[in-house]
Amino acid sequence: MNKTDALIIGAGPTGLFTAHQLKLIGLDCEIVDNLDKIGGQCIELYPDKPIYDIPAVPECTGEELTNNLISQLKPFDIKFHLSERVEEVKKEDTSWFVKTSSGNSFLTPNVIIAGGVGSFEPRKFAPKECEKYENKSLFYSVKDKKIFKGKTVSIFGGGDSALDWAIELSKDCKINLIHRRDEFRGAQATVDKMQELVKSGKINLFTKYQMANAQGDQKLESIDIKHDNNEIKNLKSDYVLGFFGLIMQLGPIANWGLNLNKKTIEVDTEKFETNQKGIYAVGDICNYPGKLKLILSGFHEGALAARACFKLARPNEKYRFEFTTTSSNLLKRLGKKE
Amino acid sequence: MAKITYITHENEKHTIEVQNGLTVMEGAVQNNIPGIDADCGGGMACATCHVYVKEDWFNKLPKKEDGEDDMLDMAFEPKTNSRLSCQIIVSDEIDGLEVNIPSKQA
Repeated sequence: MNKTDALIIGAGPTGLFTAHQLKLIGLDCEIVDNLDKIGGQCIELYPDKPIYDIPAVPECTGEELTNNLISQLKPFDIKFHLSERVEEVKKEDTSWFVKTSSGNSFLTPNVIIAGGVGSFEPRKFAPKECEKYENKSLFYSVKDKKIFKGKTVSIFGGGDSALDWAIELSKDCKINLIHRRDEFRGAQATVDKMQELVKSGKINLFTKYQMANAQGDQKLESIDIKHDNNEIKNLKSDYVLGFFGLIMQLGPIANWGLNLNKKTIEVDTEKFETNQKGIYAVGDICNYPGKLKLILSGFHEGALAARACFKLARPNEKYRFEFTTTSSNLLKRLGKKE
Repeated sequence: MAKITYITHENEKHTIEVQNGLTVMEGAVQNNIPGIDADCGGGMACATCHVYVKEDWFNKLPKKEDGEDDMLDMAFEPKTNSRLSCQIIVSDEIDGLEVNIPSKQA
């Protein structure tokens, strides 16, 4: 059981800056995120795309913004729990008991949800039949490539993940690569490499096809793929891999007794607290009149929620507002003063 | 102003007058049309405002810009007449547009 002053759910820009604000005012915090890396949507959706509306930063990419926020946290010791999804949040006396998908648990007076639009989950195949084979013969990521050796693997998708795995596995597997259109969005060099392997017969390429059905008793035996003109082809397959990117799902957050509005959480604009005392929501996931889904709004919301956490984490102390330019307390915490 | 008809997967028709300059996605979200999630808020980053546009209208709409097809690769059951409704801007020219909403967005 980890005890902390505040637990942040979500390691996107808002979660990171909220951690900065908590540490700056002298509170401990830990961060949980379902992704295997820090940065949230900035890193997952647009690492290379420039952002132009961060105050005082004329232009930076999602990756640069993330790296800058991480380096702003350098003076502080913050524990990250990555590849973990928060499954359960329940009241225990005056604290919140929080449990993650890997069994980690926390006891904290403050939970700050900085969850964007929820946790990232792989996008799945449309036909229902596919569910039956999931995690047995059908995967949305590769954990152990050795299982594919000598087998027939049908890979779906048009981005770098699909292409990279098609190229890699073509060394010792029979590969079908299936994509819904002729254009691929992967890096040009990767697309060229894949086309070479198609010419040399190492990869069978099917474009303008999509998954239509999957067959096999216990183990997957074959799949049907359907062309834009409705023609169906049957491909013998031992394994299927689907790479359609990630989708954001609200997931277990919906079960924590919070006031929800579509996929957002209602908060007040003083503390960014939800209808549950000690649970806050900041960034894209919170909702209030006039809410803007901008990174800069998340920074503001996190700063205020952090001050609200102080009251519950240090009930016997008084929070005093200070500037980093002048406060020796803050400068000490930042490691700028002995 | 343009009349846009949103047809849900259950074949319910919702005809809404949408102001010029808004997107077809915003017309749906502001009027609580079910089935258009628009998780990213119109940034062409999520493919959860996916719609099907009938062939005749599909060819009349301004062409897809770079990136929309990349995003549609990730949509649920994309077809040749798939569009992201956040990329269709409402104008008098698209008065009468009908879009079909897929069975789900993800």
